[in-house]
Amino acid sequence: MSYRASAARDEIRPRTDRMLRVLLPILVLALGIAGWELVVRLNDIPPYVLPAPLLVFSTLVSDWGILFASLLVTLTTTLEGFALAVIGGVGLAILFNQSRLIEYSLYPYAVILQVTPIVAIAPLLLVYLPQQAAVLACAWIVAFFPVLANTTLGLNSIDHNLVDLFRLYGATRRQVLWELKLPAALPYMLGGFKIAGGLSLIGAVVAEIAAGSAGAGSGLAYRIVESGYRLNIPRLFAALLLLSIAGIAIFFALSLVSHLLLRRWHESAIVHEI
Amino acid sequence: MSPPSSGPAVVALNGVGKAFASGVVALERLDFAVRAGEFVSLLGPSGCGKSTALRIIAGLSAPTTGTVEWPQAQDMQPDSSPGIGFVFQEPTLMPWATVAANVRLPLKLQGLAATAEPRVNAALVRVGLSGFAQSYPRELSGGMKMRASIARALVTEPQLLLMDEPFAALDEITRFRLNNDLLAVWQSLGKTVVFVTHSVFESVYLSQRIVVMTPRPGRIFAELTIEAPYPRDERFRTSADYAGYCRGVAEALTRATAEGDRP
Repeated sequence: MSYRASAARDEIRPRTDRMLRVLLPILVLALGIAGWELVVRLNDIPPYVLPAPLLVFSTLVSDWGILFASLLVTLTTTLEGFALAVIGGVGLAILFNQSRLIEYSLYPYAVILQVTPIVAIAPLLLVYLPQQAAVLACAWIVAFFPVLANTTLGLNSIDHNLVDLFRLYGATRRQVLWELKLPAALPYMLGGFKIAGGLSLIGAVVAEIAAGSAGAGSGLAYRIVESGYRLNIPRLFAALLLLSIAGIAIFFALSLVSHLLLRRWHESAIVHEI
Repeated sequence: MSPPSSGPAVVALNGVGKAFASGVVALERLDFAVRAGEFVSLLGPSGCGKSTALRIIAGLSAPTTGTVEWPQAQDMQPDSSPGIGFVFQEPTLMPWATVAANVRLPLKLQGLAATAEPRVNAALVRVGLSGFAQSYPRELSGGMKMRASIARALVTEPQLLLMDEPFAALDEITRFRLNNDLLAVWQSLGKTVVFVTHSVFESVYLSQRIVVMTPRPGRIFAELTIEAPYPRDERFRTSADYAGYCRGVAEALTRATAEGDRP
């Protein structure tokens, strides 16, 4: 009897589990927003100190024109930076994989680029590059290293028996790269892309903030700085909200791509039934 | 009817030795020939260099001393044509490719992808995987993965099939079935098989000839002939003949191991 009960519970569990995974975060969000609204109203907090969520939302609607234009600017920079990071990171990893000498020569500089804080480099880039190019360079610099590091790891993590098999049948270097190394590295690359997506947004924001203080920006981060100066805190919050939604969207888009590419064969994408 | 065991040599190892950079001597003065159509096993404890010998035959590793000769046609040489099929200890399938794509790989690497389809299908039918062409390796059991691996080795229709403990990781029931299926393939296709194993029972069941090797360094200790006729089946596996052969081979293996351990 207890066996039957537990079996029945197991049957229900997956569906309930999935519902809870969606519902619980939404519930927490709703409670948080309600609590926030309540605190602001009960204590009569002025909007330039802490705007209530409803005010933030109405600001988002009323300022949509200006905020959306800024969002597009930031997203364009982010996506361009991400695309360059993917091309540069994967390309450099392949180059490193094909030639040890190139790897020895360049890898230390890739690391230096990664470990130097981007906030510190941004002002310098703004001095030397046109503003748009400087912002793009920042997005690229922070995003490219995880792609490079993960792809390098993936290209080096090949079943050595498969390498022997390719040798046995006289495979060319190009065949080994395209038929063996790149597919084997794909899960690692996709992991790198997921990190790089978020980082390129951060890079773009950092550069925009650095540029914004120079007075010539129009991205979301610039709007945040500008709103701060003008004590337009509701708009600051609205811009922040858009930024974080953009980050979430990028993450989910890349997770979806990863899932679609790996679901048939890679352990990470397979749902195991217990 | 058993295939000829005294035909011309397909490949001959002459005084082959292999020392690794670490100083380990894997093989020492190995002399033996594999004759066309023969099923020969290399038997020895782990560390006796039998896998190394197989890799040297396949051209995946170069001997430090001695030579490997291919007395027959030029096209038997591994670097010029698909004269060799190799089955690894693990299935060694590409996880991102379907079974059919895995089996097609050797043809694709040789630029024969256009005409590969019927050959891939024939190879899959031969190992009993015709219904699984579009499956991914992770969807297959261990035995089925090994079948796919064998199909891949057969797809180029090689004359010589090299197998490196292919069934060592399988359960006994699966191993017996694959043993039988391998013998059926060998008989119907007339291949030459060099089979590396550390199992006395497996080597006696499968082979016409067993080369017993000593460990560290790998040397040939004895060559034993198994006269039992083919087809061999479960009756042979339970016969007194089989038990007798196993006893003889096991004794040789024990002495070979002791010899290798002597300082």
